[in-house]
Amino acid sequence: MAVLTMAKALNTALRTVMESDPKVVVMGEDVGKLGGVFRVTDGLWKDFGEDRVMDTPLAESGIIGTAIGLALRGYRPVCEIQFDGFVYPAYDQIVSQLAKIHARSKGTVKMPVTIRIPFGGGIGAVEHHSESPEAYFAHTAGLKVVACSSPADAYVMLQQAVRCDDPVVFFEPKRRYWEKAEVDVAADLGLADPLWQARVVRPGVDVTLIAYGPMVRTCLDAATAAQEDGHHLEVLDLRSLSPLDLPTVLESVRRTRRAVVVHEAPSYVGLGAELAARLGEELYYEMEAPVLRVTGFDTPYPPSRLEEDYLPDLDRVLHAVDRSLGY
Amino acid sequence: MTDIASLPALRISTGGPEPGVELVQLLTPEGERVFHPDYAVDFTDEQYRALYRDLVLVRRIDIEATALQRQGELGIWASLLGQEAAQVGSGRAMREKDFAFPTYREHGVAWCKGVDPMKLIGLFRGVSNGGWDPQDKRFNLYSIVIGSQTLHATGYAMGILKDGAVGTPDGEAVVAYFGDGASSQGDVNEAFVWASVYNAPVVFFCQNNQWGISTPTDHQSRIPLYQRAEGFGFPGVRVDGNDVLASYAVTRSALDAARTGQGPTLIEAFTYRMGAHTTSDDPTRYRLASDLEAWKLKDPLERLKSFLYKQQMVDGEFFDQLDSDADALAARIRRETLAMPDPSATSMFDDVYDEMTPALREQQASLARYLVGFAEAVQ
Repeated sequence: MAVLTMAKALNTALRTVMESDPKVVVMGEDVGKLGGVFRVTDGLWKDFGEDRVMDTPLAESGIIGTAIGLALRGYRPVCEIQFDGFVYPAYDQIVSQLAKIHARSKGTVKMPVTIRIPFGGGIGAVEHHSESPEAYFAHTAGLKVVACSSPADAYVMLQQAVRCDDPVVFFEPKRRYWEKAEVDVAADLGLADPLWQARVVRPGVDVTLIAYGPMVRTCLDAATAAQEDGHHLEVLDLRSLSPLDLPTVLESVRRTRRAVVVHEAPSYVGLGAELAARLGEELYYEMEAPVLRVTGFDTPYPPSRLEEDYLPDLDRVLHAVDRSLGY
Repeated sequence: MTDIASLPALRISTGGPEPGVELVQLLTPEGERVFHPDYAVDFTDEQYRALYRDLVLVRRIDIEATALQRQGELGIWASLLGQEAAQVGSGRAMREKDFAFPTYREHGVAWCKGVDPMKLIGLFRGVSNGGWDPQDKRFNLYSIVIGSQTLHATGYAMGILKDGAVGTPDGEAVVAYFGDGASSQGDVNEAFVWASVYNAPVVFFCQNNQWGISTPTDHQSRIPLYQRAEGFGFPGVRVDGNDVLASYAVTRSALDAARTGQGPTLIEAFTYRMGAHTTSDDPTRYRLASDLEAWKLKDPLERLKSFLYKQQMVDGEFFDQLDSDADALAARIRRETLAMPDPSATSMFDDVYDEMTPALREQQASLARYLVGFAEAVQ
């Protein structure tokens, strides 16, 4: 066991996969000498060399487009998009190419490309540095989309993502990069939960809070606060946004009969909408309340002095819990 | 066989608007061999005949496919008419290991890479997205989003570098195909940057066929396209794209530079899209018939045919045999197209992921049940 920040856990995961597979290459803007703007790739350039840790030109479509070519050649690229709001120049290469090549080729061409994206707000940044674009990617067949929420999970999930033969968009909650926790760096990956499996991170009986990425911590804090009012909230970390681990979600909500979905991304056509639809289809007669959503607003991410009002927080989660319990 | 060294030197103007722009040409529209100080070919008679055969058969595939579309057998067809020499010349310049990244119009390159024309037909009929194995053929699947494949080509070439498979005459190289319209795309310009910075073994082969659907090349660039390369830090050259010999020689030279570690080259093959953009297009709305007539005089097949005649490399029997082979090819295409089955409905789920998700498995099963139930209900 080691106590690591999430950034260091991700860094250790990259080091581990690079050591075990010489075909793994890291590429992105400033990932080499600098070690990435969040230092997630710190030290890799020094130890693995510029052939395997590539400071690329500054163009996101180029990063993903050349990663596709490298994958075709047998490499296993791990691309870093520096910030969530900078992924859009690469959008075509991700959704029209990377996502579709396996199907286009009837499975003859594998695309083991991982795209790491620091995402979400709460760090007082300027425009384009605090977005949550996960729904764009979860909507696209052929991509797998995951989000880690803790250092321990970050360490395991990133290794699993890199080893996956499908393209994975890997969202990292940037405001949690510096939070520390115990990480079992000797963990046997073969015994870990599959990458596509959701997990109950705090058991409860009254309401299920469904979250991922940065909002898992927020929901855990809300559950602790609710306990003082005698409410036992279950917190479910989705981990995988596509595919969705519906059985685990259904198992939880079947017990609690109430669900609140929490994400930073806007509500409209977001993950919460999909979950509400699925829960409605599957548990129509079993639920006591409609699925409620606590999300960012349907606005552009606001200037940072307003982000506390934009982002779901403990109080807004508890407010939704009260509404759910009021049905 | 022609002694190339004895041929007169000749510099040709493009026929385009740019004064002083050089065009590499080894065979004039009249079928005269001309000398070029930097580029040459030394084919045997048999190789000359084989090139002509390629041109004829590729054109025949195209004509047959267009006819099949007109009869409702294909959803659409993107004709390569007029671009046969650029494609066959560059396609035959590649070695077996060299990897090509095509657009959706590279039927002539596909032919050179040994892709069965029926695979192309299948794509345009709508039964698959290609269906050949890109690794096996060293020919990537067609790319329909304009310019996107140039980055894949560059990334692949970077992989060749990482593998150390470059720097000797046995090195590998890549050809990225695109067109004049694509030259405006960000991806193409990013590919130029990447290829230049990493010194990747990639040849950018731009077929300037003068039209991006209805938009002429002067709406894409204020300078001849090949001159763009200089700003990115690698050489650019314009070749007569209707001259199969020059297209071959220039591509071979660029590939050799790439495979020996000298980095990328941009080739602008100056040619003309004689047909419509696709069978859904009507070029009479935007271009003059007189343009077409002028380019007909530069036909890529006629000039090689004329050369073969003049050099007495061919006789009537050669053409009879070739006609008969082309007829047989067209007949096979027609027969196999009409017999081509649709894929099963549930196959659309099969290869979305390497590891199928439970949700997709459920959708697949659900569709299968629905189709069975529907069929029973209809009975």
